Amino acid sequence: MVARSRPLSPHLQIYRPQLTSVLSITHRLSGVALTLGTLLLVYWLVAVAAGPQAYEAATGFIGSWFGRLLLFGWSLALFYHLCNGIRHLFWDMGIGLDLPSVYRSGYAVLAGSVALTLASWIAGYGVMGGN
Amino acid sequence: MSLRSPFGRVKGLGAAHEGVHHWWAQRLSALALIPLTVWFVVSLVSLSGADYATVRAWMGSPVVAGLLILLIVTVFYHAALGLQVVIEDYVHTEATKIAALLAVKAAAAVLALSGVLAVLDVLFGA
Ligand code: HEM
Repeated sequence: MVARSRPLSPHLQIYRPQLTSVLSITHRLSGVALTLGTLLLVYWLVAVAAGPQAYEAATGFIGSWFGRLLLFGWSLALFYHLCNGIRHLFWDMGIGLDLPSVYRSGYAVLAGSVALTLASWIAGYGVMGGN
Repeated sequence: MSLRSPFGRVKGLGAAHEGVHHWWAQRLSALALIPLTVWFVVSLVSLSGADYATVRAWMGSPVVAGLLILLIVTVFYHAALGLQVVIEDYVHTEATKIAALLAVKAAAAVLALSGVLAVLDVLFGA
């Protein structure tokens, strides 16, 4: 079908990215990333149940630089999805739907998710005494 | 003039054949996840660097085990509903779409069950 090769609305190729559209697709991306992250969650739970050796292996992986990178990404995705999810729920109640509010809450979500992620990691390293 | 048949209007299910149920289930699970995920992250932070015995004792306490099971069930329910929308948006071949939807539901069920069984094992295990 020839018609199929035409760009579809909203013509993403020529559409200038804006805060609104970027935050919107990021909600979807973070949701999918969090779903992948549940694999790590289940692995960790099963490792605790399986015993000390399995748990050592799990924490060895999670504590490696790659594991920490995954965990950092997961925490950022979670805080973003959480903050923006709350924004979605307010919209569903009809609150904050005018353009200035949408931009204000958008910046608040960005600042909030970065701040919460950093605060959690600082607290976590604090609990561990800097390891 | 509405183009919908009187029967379709009475059933009120719209084009997706399921009405607003999916929408509500996604919002309610999101609402439940707000306290659950916050609690879980705070717990993880306070468990940073903890040894095996500490983590196991934490997981084996009835309140924690109960909250973990609630978290697991809600997360996989919410994730399966969410991925369903993503698949419906991007996969337009009916057979592939149905296969993908079934795969997501099955994977979510298996993972949720594994997580719940792990928690119950710690709760009731020696
Ligand atoms: C680990 C936990 C979570 C996972 C795996 C997850 C996963 C997902 C996925 C895959 C979607 C579909 C995205 C889309 O349709 O574009 C979604 C949507 C949604 N999530 Fe989550 N989520 C989680 C936690 C939360 C939390 C804590 C909230 C709190 C408010 C939340 C609120 C929402 C909302 C409101 C939507 C619907 C957005 C829309 O209509 O486009 N989620 N989630």
